[in-house]
Amino acid sequence: MKDSALLEMDVTTKDIKIAARDVQVYYGDTHAIKDVSVDIEDKTVTALIGPSGCGKSTFLRCINRMNDTIDVCRVSGDIRIDGEDIYDRKVDPVQLRAKVGMVFQKPNPFPKSIYDNVAYGPRIHGLARNKAELDEIVERALKRGAIWNEVKDRLNAPGTGLSGGQQQRLCIARAVATEPEVLLMDEPCSALDPIATAQVEELIDELRRDYSVVIVTHSMQQAARVSQRTAFFHLGNLVEFGETDKIFTSPEDPRTESYITGRIG
Amino acid sequence: MQDHHIASAFDRDLEGVQAQIMKMGGLVEEAIRLSAQSLETRDEELAEKVRADDKAIDGLEIIINEGAARIIALRAPTAIDLRLILTVIKISANLERIGDYAKNMAKRTSVLSQMPPVNDSAGGIRRMAQTVETMLKDALDAYIQRDAELAADIIARDEDVDQMYNALFREFLTFMMEDPRNITSCMHLHFIAKNVERMGDHVTSIAEQVVYLVTGEHPDEIRTKADTTSSMLKA
Repeated sequence: MKDSALLEMDVTTKDIKIAARDVQVYYGDTHAIKDVSVDIEDKTVTALIGPSGCGKSTFLRCINRMNDTIDVCRVSGDIRIDGEDIYDRKVDPVQLRAKVGMVFQKPNPFPKSIYDNVAYGPRIHGLARNKAELDEIVERALKRGAIWNEVKDRLNAPGTGLSGGQQQRLCIARAVATEPEVLLMDEPCSALDPIATAQVEELIDELRRDYSVVIVTHSMQQAARVSQRTAFFHLGNLVEFGETDKIFTSPEDPRTESYITGRIG
Repeated sequence: MQDHHIASAFDRDLEGVQAQIMKMGGLVEEAIRLSAQSLETRDEELAEKVRADDKAIDGLEIIINEGAARIIALRAPTAIDLRLILTVIKISANLERIGDYAKNMAKRTSVLSQMPPVNDSAGGIRRMAQTVETMLKDALDAYIQRDAELAADIIARDEDVDQMYNALFREFLTFMMEDPRNITSCMHLHFIAKNVERMGDHVTSIAEQVVYLVTGEHPDEIRTKADTTSSMLKA
């Protein structure tokens, strides 16, 4: 349960972490994102909601340049993290993705040990000088992923042997191991049962102390529970963006109202 | 915005609980009318009927609140649906209070019928009750038609009720000073007038709920208070 003093704090203005301006995305001839401008705050959970195909996942993937891997995809406009243009030619997407972590819909641990799953990122980015440091990073990440107590005695067991909810928390631990500043989550709970979902949601609330979290979710109730800000996408347009409380009690746009009350799919 | 939910059972649930509100509203309108009529015509039998009928109003409030709780638990309403459920709960409470005031009027009518009548005060009270009844009817119309303008108009009309109450207050004071034998009747009549004035406040609260339901914002708190009797020194 969040206490009201904490909620009060949430609505005060925070630093802008991600500033997107006039973002357009095309898949071939399809105009998937139309002229989206949005400021995403630091140390805040921002939920992106909207019907299937509305562009919310596409927009999320723009933030760590995951769309670069799709040949027919073109992105224009301006996305800045801490004022730095992430589509600048000087930016290395691999470095960017260390700073902007991502968690996917289905838990996708590497076919390696629990330890190696988490150690993978820090190793390739050279974050640890020796084994002791790496151990420390892995432990910290697993603790932050709220899974340390469940796996500390079997770090060499395969990550794929964990339950679905544990695998997802392992993936979150893997994402935070490189000390990112932004955490993107694309429907992180859709393959999980209600208990595992509650654990991941609790974890998301913890994570926002340190990160700017952007989460795509199909569950309106999840958006209402975990986020402080909500953005509603429809047909590639950002229809409404505001405080979650406001969006769920009296949204301004009739399209938002129709969607969140279950009148349009 | 679209009218219908994808889940049609959700629409049926919301319509059901609103139908109960309208039914309750109808019973309360009748309670106001009949209690004022029984007072004016000194009809003890009618007064007894008003007292008995209040049970149905109380029962509906419970049914409405259970229905609202069920919708919250099963459907997790948001936005307009959430505001609808919140207003349903509040409006049913307002209606229940108005019903209680009508019942109390009927109770005092039974006592007053045993005493000699005081001038035409009962007529004044009936006119006041009629104003409140019309306001309630309009408030329920505004609710079902989602008419925030009509609701705002009703909020303004409560001032008339307050002024009618002030006039009656002075009248009763005068009668009591003229002849102390009038005091018992006038005290009862004054409580009745006050009951009607309070009914007006509850109707106003219903109208405010309509504004909130439609706009998502509460109407301005700065409402003219025309009931000045609390600061009155003499008639």
